[in-house]
Amino acid sequence: MTGFPELCATTMDRDLASFFARVTPDDVRRAMARSMPSADDFLTLLSPAAQGLLEEMAQRAHELTVRHFGRTMQIFTPLYLSNHCTNRCVYCGFNAGTGVARKRLTMDEVRAEGETIAASGQRQLLILTGDAPALAGVDYLERCTKILRGMFPSVTMEVFAMTEAEYARLAAAGIDGLTMFQETYDPVLYERLHPAGPKRDYAFRLGAPERGCRAGMRVVNVGALLGLSPDWRREAFLTGLHADYLQRHYPNTDVAISLPRMRPHAGHFQPATAVTDANLVQILLAQRIFLPFAGITISTREAPAFRDNIVPLGVTRMSAGVSTAVGGHASDDNADTVQFEISDHRGLAEFSTMLRSRGYQPVYKDWEPNAHVAGNRP
Amino acid sequence: MDDRLEIGGVQLDSRLFIGTGKYGDDALIPAVAEASGAQVITVALRRVDLGAPTGNVMDHIPSGMRLLPNTSGARTAEEAVRIARLARAAGCGDWIKIEVISDSRHLLPDGYETARVTEILAKEGFVVLPYMNPDLYVARTLADAGAAAVMPLGAPIGTNRGLRTKEMIAILIDDQRLPVIVDAGLGRPSQACEAMEMGAAACLVNTGIASSADPVRMARAFGDAVRAGREAFLAGAGATRTTASASSPLTGFLEARP
Repeated sequence: MTGFPELCATTMDRDLASFFARVTPDDVRRAMARSMPSADDFLTLLSPAAQGLLEEMAQRAHELTVRHFGRTMQIFTPLYLSNHCTNRCVYCGFNAGTGVARKRLTMDEVRAEGETIAASGQRQLLILTGDAPALAGVDYLERCTKILRGMFPSVTMEVFAMTEAEYARLAAAGIDGLTMFQETYDPVLYERLHPAGPKRDYAFRLGAPERGCRAGMRVVNVGALLGLSPDWRREAFLTGLHADYLQRHYPNTDVAISLPRMRPHAGHFQPATAVTDANLVQILLAQRIFLPFAGITISTREAPAFRDNIVPLGVTRMSAGVSTAVGGHASDDNADTVQFEISDHRGLAEFSTMLRSRGYQPVYKDWEPNAHVAGNRP
Repeated sequence: MDDRLEIGGVQLDSRLFIGTGKYGDDALIPAVAEASGAQVITVALRRVDLGAPTGNVMDHIPSGMRLLPNTSGARTAEEAVRIARLARAAGCGDWIKIEVISDSRHLLPDGYETARVTEILAKEGFVVLPYMNPDLYVARTLADAGAAAVMPLGAPIGTNRGLRTKEMIAILIDDQRLPVIVDAGLGRPSQACEAMEMGAAACLVNTGIASSADPVRMARAFGDAVRAGREAFLAGAGATRTTASASSPLTGFLEARP
């Protein structure tokens, strides 16, 4: 059986320009009308020819999303536990070479952060760290999870790539899901952007979502950091293929996609290309039509007006009430620890009001803690 | 004529069950419930925040309705059992709709796991209504396991595609002594009406109502359609013919007197 790394390598070698040159508007219409679009249909929806048909694609994406998810929006918020990092990713504010202040929350601080966030009404939490297993590794995450699990029905994580056994251990501790951005699926570019640190291992990171599925994570979320590569169509295509691969091979896992765009941060790296609002919308619509049941996340990296307008286009999950500073929810003293600047500073109540005004229901809770969590067996 | 549906010892006048998912605003639910005439309403326990004093979908469920909590989100029998027990402990009653779906791509129910849950919960005194593929053998297994009804899908969940499994559902209706409640896929009142005409005991509709432009009006239409379909079933449709009735029959000579 061909694994995703082989599929990824083949797709990196594929001549997409020749494919796109043959795509007509009628091809796009046929692709969007299919009940089960193929990979080539998906690529057709990402083509330059589809740019002129965004409204038709939006209508189709909206119809599919309402059918499968209703007029609802899952709400979550991140909790940055630690920004210690041993990597040198040139685009990241946690880069070991930046002068950003370093902090790791103590267990008391984790509890205080959790209580502050829970008091705001949030029920779905995403915990994050840099890549420094010696300081904030699996043991640390396990201890944090046990504290936070009591306050939140859902705790997912966006941390460094782990082994299957490590993922299984954290799933048993109560972690529901895993977000793992490949950043770029282009191995040559990946090497250039990750000059030092454990994250430099492209293959280990590429296999992380699959290891998470095998380990029993309920939700696995993949994505590319849009803007890193000048070839955003190939990145979006591979992200969709990655999600499709995981859905087909691990049907027991909810597979989701995130669409992060590059944002200003503490380093000096500038995006290779500007992924415009129209580009991002095309990616969102194509991915929704290709993967009708997949969750799609848009974070507060995006500006309020843009976030408001894309609510009906296929997004199912948005963050709100966000601080990217370590300990930034319970204390104002950590502003110098941020990973990147967010664009949407609205709190949970204000964001929920916006959703309701557009006919959408904010969903704060969508899971009862896993039955397989230690001590919770029926 | 007294034509009530009995499930788990409870008599129901309405044969339309409704859902609570996918609404842009849960505040629509009371009006939808009233317009539909439904007496049974299903709610996903995964969405219920038992720790929150307000702001729950439960706040919008009319007090007179029978609650049918469901195990949506469960991927295994163990998860479904746990959700059911939690629902009962939270005061949601003994009725439980089993949903065990371990395929995130097609969202089809897992018959084997569903049967395991049904057996466990029926023994614990739950009134178990399992969502299932319309498979004769699975239905029989569920009946043997103690299900109070079987709930075959008309089409994949959320598709609004109607009675795509019509032939299989007809077999279940013919075979089962349990009520057959068509669940999932019914997007139009005419489709629910057709299921009832076939002899289904009831229909459960969520997406067909929630995703319409006017959910309250659509709920009323589904209520009317289910009643009409039931009436047609009870009335017994006239016989259909595959050929026209010829004015000069080809075999008329056989009746000619010598």
